[in-house]
Amino acid sequence: MNNNLLNYVLQISDNAMILGHRLSEWCGHGPILEQDIALTNIALDLIGQARSLYQYAATVDGQGKTEDDLAYLRIETKYKNVLLVEQPNGHFGSTIVRQFLFDAYHYAFYKALVNSADETLSAIAEKSLKEVTYHLRFSSEWMIRLGDGTEESHQKMQDALNSLWAFTGELFEMSDADTSALEAGYGVDLSSVKSFWDEKISEILKMATLEKPEEAWMQSGGKQGRHTEHLGYILTEMQYMQRTYPGQEW
Amino acid sequence: MADIKSLEEKFQSIVDAETKIEPKDWMPEAYRKTLIRQISQHAHSEIVGMLPEGNWINRAPTLRRKVGLLAKVQDEAGHGLYLYSACETLGIERDELFDQLHSGKAKYSSIFNYPTTSWADIGAIGWLVDGAAIMNQVMLCRTSYGPYARAMVRICKEESFHQRQGYEILLTLSKGSEEQRAMLQDAVNRWWWPSLMMFGPTGKESTHSAQSMKWKIKRKTNDELRQQFVDISIGQAEILGVTLPDPDLKYNEETGHYDFGEIDWEEFWNVVKGNGPCNKERLAARVKASEEGQWVRDAAMAYAEKQAKRKSEASKVA
Amino acid sequence: MKNWPLWEVFVRSKQGLHHKHVGSLHATDEKMAIENARDVYTRRSEGVSLWVVESKHIHASSPSESAELYDPANDKIYRHPTFYDLPDELEHI
Repeated sequence: MNNNLLNYVLQISDNAMILGHRLSEWCGHGPILEQDIALTNIALDLIGQARSLYQYAATVDGQGKTEDDLAYLRIETKYKNVLLVEQPNGHFGSTIVRQFLFDAYHYAFYKALVNSADETLSAIAEKSLKEVTYHLRFSSEWMIRLGDGTEESHQKMQDALNSLWAFTGELFEMSDADTSALEAGYGVDLSSVKSFWDEKISEILKMATLEKPEEAWMQSGGKQGRHTEHLGYILTEMQYMQRTYPGQEW
Repeated sequence: MADIKSLEEKFQSIVDAETKIEPKDWMPEAYRKTLIRQISQHAHSEIVGMLPEGNWINRAPTLRRKVGLLAKVQDEAGHGLYLYSACETLGIERDELFDQLHSGKAKYSSIFNYPTTSWADIGAIGWLVDGAAIMNQVMLCRTSYGPYARAMVRICKEESFHQRQGYEILLTLSKGSEEQRAMLQDAVNRWWWPSLMMFGPTGKESTHSAQSMKWKIKRKTNDELRQQFVDISIGQAEILGVTLPDPDLKYNEETGHYDFGEIDWEEFWNVVKGNGPCNKERLAARVKASEEGQWVRDAAMAYAEKQAKRKSEASKVA
Repeated sequence: MKNWPLWEVFVRSKQGLHHKHVGSLHATDEKMAIENARDVYTRRSEGVSLWVVESKHIHASSPSESAELYDPANDKIYRHPTFYDLPDELEHI
């Protein structure tokens, strides 16, 4: 078993899983039917990506686990997603800000991962990139609409941006898994992802008439399994069935 | 008003000849009103129906089940949207229809006022509730109003995976542990009767039936559809190894159909009137989504108007 | 505040076929209308191309004119190939 590769794959899949889970909380509660459907499409894309990656992680792990074992039977400290994706949905605008900050990263990340020396990762990245290209387009346009919409929407978006900003630094922190992946030729250099991200964020915030928050203290720890309180609740709900009725087929 | 009378006769002859009525065609005001009431009620049912199943999206036991359920609940949003679109061709806006739902003036299918308390409920809804809905929807693919019929064709096509999704969940439970089989039986016990009620009141109590049949909005009575549903459910229940909670259920050699017990119409009317276990929660969730989404809808509209203005100013300068 | 405008959606199901009307939806502008159409009407690979037209821009003929507009074509059967009698053994025509 290649432990570095396993951790690397889990980092990527946990991000998709947790964000997909969060977005699926919107299903049935969106601000208008068309956007309810749109958010669910993104949720389905992300959970689909997580499944492909968990299936691969299970193969790398080589101990006969399934995608469900990885999603449903790991505790908080084993989850490696960044803190940003586990933050609560809040209002629609705050969901859009979280999505946009992550999409800009996700897009550049997959774009680089297409060149991975690991064929499976490269193939998953290629397929996911198409999906994420659309996600980024969707969230960028909503950033602009709501940022440059009414006074009320502008304020709500600026507030959401200010409060989520502290979770963006972690996106570009190189964990041990990131470093060894890069050295082995199958990983992504997050500093190059950051330069795309910086540019994209500036471009869209300008169009959205929003201020880029000042550089300040950044939260981190997700990649090492140190999470905010929110993840525990997510897993409590998500893992309820598997924990209550262990070892059964569903 | 001899004119109206001859128009009505002509309209009826078009309907009798099985020609579809299209949005701009002349139609009796009562036909339009009946359609608006029925289509919007149907649309509201799809939207409210997202809530009881949506409960389990985040608790779905496997990733495969999770994506299946999520896609299914999303389809319901789509179906609601297609139906609101069909309704809008009759000269009423979606927002007005929402107002009717939120104020309690418009009804939706009472089945969604029952709670989903276990995972097996998701299977039971797919099997029984969607199964009952499909009976009705297949009939409506041939309804006389063109946009409604076209929406139903699209819905039926998409709906075909819903019932299979539900039945597969139950089939898995039926092959599982004792706990799982108990969960399955409990869900069927709770959903069977409300599913039979979904077809609406029986015979004479069904106020809109006769006229709707004449206009070919409906093509079968509530009782015919209900009987059809009971008949096909028996074999499906056997494969699952569940008992349908009706001691009077038995095959009638004479009619060639299954007889079934008396439906508790008192319960039915009470749930319709708002006394079901979840009426208040369901409506409150819809009102909340709408109210909390208002600033989003306003902002998007304001932005579009600003953009249009900017564009026209730019073209003036040029 | 104003309601979102209504748009009609047309989908080309594959290259070589016409766009076909599939229904309508609400959106604030054409960009959003295309995206909403993509999310609502092509979830099952129904399309490779989309048109959206704001409903108020569609001009339709009136049903009351249908007699004068469409009936006159009914007796022009010489416009159809079956009007012309040719022997069965004739090929490639």
